[in-house]
Amino acid sequence: MPVVMDADRVAKSLTRIAHEIIEHNRGIDDIRLVGIRTRGVPIARRLAAALKDITGADVPTGALDITLYRDDLMRQSVGPQPVVRSTEIPFDLEGKHVLLVDDVLYTGRTIRAALDALIDFGRPKTIQLVVLVDRGHRELPIRADYVGKNVPTSLRESVQVHLAEIDGRDEVEVQS
Amino acid sequence: MTATAATALRTRHLLSIDDINEAEIALVLDTAVAMKEVGARSIKKVPALRGRTVVNLFFEPSTRTRLSFELAEKRLSADTMGMTTAGSSVVKGETLIDTAKTLEAMSPDMIVVRHASSGAAHLLSRVCRSSIINAGDGTHEHPTQALLDAFTIRERKGRLAGLRVAIVGDLLHSRVLRSNALLLTKMGASVVACGPATLIPLGLDRLGVTSTTSMDEACEGADVVMMLRVQHERMHGLFLPSVREYFTLFGLNAERLKRAKTDAIVMHPGPMNRGVEIASDVADGSQSVILDQVANGVAVRMAVLYLLAGESKENE
Repeated sequence: MPVVMDADRVAKSLTRIAHEIIEHNRGIDDIRLVGIRTRGVPIARRLAAALKDITGADVPTGALDITLYRDDLMRQSVGPQPVVRSTEIPFDLEGKHVLLVDDVLYTGRTIRAALDALIDFGRPKTIQLVVLVDRGHRELPIRADYVGKNVPTSLRESVQVHLAEIDGRDEVEVQS
Repeated sequence: MTATAATALRTRHLLSIDDINEAEIALVLDTAVAMKEVGARSIKKVPALRGRTVVNLFFEPSTRTRLSFELAEKRLSADTMGMTTAGSSVVKGETLIDTAKTLEAMSPDMIVVRHASSGAAHLLSRVCRSSIINAGDGTHEHPTQALLDAFTIRERKGRLAGLRVAIVGDLLHSRVLRSNALLLTKMGASVVACGPATLIPLGLDRLGVTSTTSMDEACEGADVVMMLRVQHERMHGLFLPSVREYFTLFGLNAERLKRAKTDAIVMHPGPMNRGVEIASDVADGSQSVILDQVANGVAVRMAVLYLLAGESKENE
């Protein structure tokens, strides 16, 4: 199982992305971070910490569960419903620059669901997408604004992101 | 709360609390936490059940349960149809099964049913293809009420296991008691049921419940005091001498509530008879969670609808 990102690489990528966010948005005044459950949430928190290191300011950070917006739910699905976890966005998104954060960008369907969910919370000024890994194979016209690492994969492979907060270590590996 | 977490319900109907085990109850309550957050948003609607149809079949008067189910269905984007007995073909003599089969011809995915006869929901589950949710059948069960009560208790107390719950009132006719007793004992709470001797059914101990005719004894050290409605419509049999005597012996007043723990909560499934089973100052007091129960009912019913929608009809 080849490791494509180790802990050091993950940390450096997130620091770089934090700088890019500040540069692109000319500051962080109206920035809000929203992580997609599960692994987007700790990544969003780390980005908030990195932004604070650089600017000294706190960026409000929330968690979004997209289960109720999945496009495969509305089909007459065979099998059980996916488990729903709670969404915590304790701030207003109206007129803000929302940075949507996820671990892996693949088909784009999760992001499509997340966009629908976010817009139900208000009308952000912009929504920008941050992902730790972009593995390709999009099924929808969606792209990331900030990417930790582009990892070309085949459809047979899977990308596993491990994060210290959940899995005890930081590592990204490709499994075939 | 449980050793192994459930990720789905094994049943496609919710007829009785007996249909779901401890882990599944925890799954419903956890899912309801997420559903409650949806109700706190400015746009209180998610597309999870878009394109699904739910029929609300109410053969008995009901305001809060029917509205609660309707709102839950709408918040999940399901299409809903309601039918109450007044003005329907039921008054023209149609049987329950024929009514249900007629509605089923319109291919609903779920049917929520309230009926005055115990076992009505079970009967429908045997003849219908849709998922059946029991919204109260006679004196048998009212599972979503027990689930919303458990949700409310867990929200306030952080747990269910080890709590002492007193359930007071007309035990004989109460489907709320039966569903609550099954659920609470399953989750490790102890239940003491209290009511007039004429209204204590035989075999209550088989539900794992102890019974008493002393209200003071029932309240002693309770974490939760749950009052049941005196059901005037089921009181043809002269079970009670008078309303005043009932309130004196079994009504919850501030004095009696002092026997319970200082942080005890007061619950009532509604609609309340003020001055019959509960004093107004207690119903509106700081320990009362009666309005929380109503609010939580929507979230819990959303969770049940969502989880039951997972099973495919092709599996049958």
